[in-house]
Amino acid sequence: MKKVILGDHAVSYGALLSRVQTIAAYPITPQTLIVERLSEMTANGELDAIFTKVESEHSAMASTVGSSAAGARAFTATSAQGLALMHEMLHWAAGARLPIVMANVNRAMAPGWTIWTDQNDSLSARDVGWMQVYCQNNQEVLDSIILGYKVSEQVDLPTMVILDAFVLSHTAEGVDIPDIKKVDEFLPPYKPEIKMDINDPRSFGALTSPDVYMEFRYKMQQAMDKAKKVIVEEGKKFGEMFGREYGLIEEYKTEDADTILIASATVASTARAVIDELREKGEKVGLVRIRVFRPFPTEEIIKVLEGRKKVVVIDRNISFGKTGIFFDEVKGAFYNSKGNKPPMFGYIAGLGGRDVTPKVIREIVEDALNKDKPESEIIWKGVKL
Amino acid sequence: MKHSDKDVKIKGASDMPEMPASLGSMAHNKTASWRNLKPVIDESKCIKCFICWKFCPDAAIDFIDENTSPKINYDYCKGCGICAHECPVKCIDMVEEER
Amino acid sequence: MIEILIHGRGGQGSVKASLALASAASKAGKYVQSFPEFGVERRGAPVKAFNRISDEPIVVRSKIYNPDHVVVLDPTLLHAIDITEGLKEGGWIIINTEKSPDSFTEYTKKFKVATVNATRIAVENHLGSKAAPIVNTAILGAIIRVLKVAGKKDLEEGIKEFVPVKAEANIKAAYEAFDQVKFSKEA
Ligand code: SF4
Ligand code: SF4
Repeated sequence: MKKVILGDHAVSYGALLSRVQTIAAYPITPQTLIVERLSEMTANGELDAIFTKVESEHSAMASTVGSSAAGARAFTATSAQGLALMHEMLHWAAGARLPIVMANVNRAMAPGWTIWTDQNDSLSARDVGWMQVYCQNNQEVLDSIILGYKVSEQVDLPTMVILDAFVLSHTAEGVDIPDIKKVDEFLPPYKPEIKMDINDPRSFGALTSPDVYMEFRYKMQQAMDKAKKVIVEEGKKFGEMFGREYGLIEEYKTEDADTILIASATVASTARAVIDELREKGEKVGLVRIRVFRPFPTEEIIKVLEGRKKVVVIDRNISFGKTGIFFDEVKGAFYNSKGNKPPMFGYIAGLGGRDVTPKVIREIVEDALNKDKPESEIIWKGVKL
Repeated sequence: MKHSDKDVKIKGASDMPEMPASLGSMAHNKTASWRNLKPVIDESKCIKCFICWKFCPDAAIDFIDENTSPKINYDYCKGCGICAHECPVKCIDMVEEER
Repeated sequence: MIEILIHGRGGQGSVKASLALASAASKAGKYVQSFPEFGVERRGAPVKAFNRISDEPIVVRSKIYNPDHVVVLDPTLLHAIDITEGLKEGGWIIINTEKSPDSFTEYTKKFKVATVNATRIAVENHLGSKAAPIVNTAILGAIIRVLKVAGKKDLEEGIKEFVPVKAEANIKAAYEAFDQVKFSKEA
């Protein structure tokens, strides 16, 4: 059934169709509509889940960790400062290997106080052991929640499904809402091997000596490696069942491209229109959208970048004291590859919700096309001096 | 992965569970080796108030019945001395472990 | 792809109108986007809502700066802001007013004007109060008539979905506006 819905409500429907059993959440703009709708769904019986109102995001994740450890399919959602407050518990969720799925609405960090989009909130949680999926439209948001559980429950790591504040969260578009029976077929009930169970008592997360701690970390990395395969496999299966396939990266007109533009989330969506425009002018440009940031698609990126003449990365984020984060990671991934290395241009744009229009993207690509190599590691786009 | 009722020896990552959870019940994890001082109840003075049983932070004191003095389980007692401190008639002695 | 900008005042339901329009166009088989001005809305202050409607999937996700058409929910806005800012030449300006389209000579040189007295229609259908009539559904009837982005049945469903309270009266108002909208001579 096709319905015109907001990105936030696409999240709620994704959770509904995944038959989540617990939701613990604290409201924060622009995530509020997600949990508002879920509380309605649980109140009117559409969704058989326990909805817990908590006093902070730290508690939201603590509660979610608890219910997931007890064997429930657990869901929560947050944004920006809320995600930051949750940070300690993000480690607990990943370290305890719990297949939680959480939606994070990408909102810039305060101060200065802001509610508009950029990626510094989720990227500050880069190293906690969560998978991260950056979505480009509302359909992908809904589908990625379902896929999130499917993948997480196989690799025992949590998934963060990420959508841009307002650009997706408060924008309505046509979304195909799959039949729940079909989703049931794709996503069977969650049956963990180990859970908190009074008939099978254990100790969880207890003191872990240097003797074994490192092994647990090794296993988390192994799970991330496995996730790369599982994400692709399940993305294919999802495509067969629902007609929409998902992978780690998405290529657009890359085949004969000399210059590759790399972007993520909605910037990558808008960039397609720019690629079309530049192609019409005879420029051989293509686009790579990084959909999954953790696990990072190193091999896939090396494969598509090898032999190109130029690489242009747009970051709607910044690692202060370094560069744009996607730029840094793409560069790092590429260093040990064979063959010649094309010059890589790293642009920062759209921080704090500044609009990334087709014009902005076009100017970025044209700027790179006009230069032999970047004048600096960071090129600021549109900053007023 | 049903938990084991025996002691579990781990080689490395390959025989560890994904989540940092114990492979067996903690009953097999005898923690008494930590103990330096050992509580000993003088049953002749004990008034069977069971305050020690309530206070033991490790549930290492067993309740038998109302007419019997509680028994300390030396497999788990860590020798913290809380029971001795709380006993209203001071009939628990903390004695040096002989090792 | 066409891009539409709806001018209204906070509390008048511009966002609801934009959502119902998107839903109607989606039912008519189009790809759609509907979004508000991102951020905070104050009651009474000028606000905008946006629509993209296309036969192809829509990939552009920036705001709309150069709309093909604009809609004005509140005639007092005509003096408060420049409603033609960024509007593409030849585009439609659909205004809620009792005036005739040809009286807007300041617009008719570069743009096409359509007018409908949505306020009167809303009052007659008891939508909102006399002092603050709710005109957002009536204007939708005029929009689909002028821009042909959805059929009347599609609009009916769009209104039921996003304006479920008093849906019948709202649909009736939309239909009346559909019939009563007037077009400028040039068009
Ligand atoms: S607290 Fe002292 S008196 Fe009371 S039961 Fe324990 S040993 Fe006996
Ligand atoms: S010494 Fe501490 S651990 Fe041992 S029985 Fe007394 S209270 Fe319990």
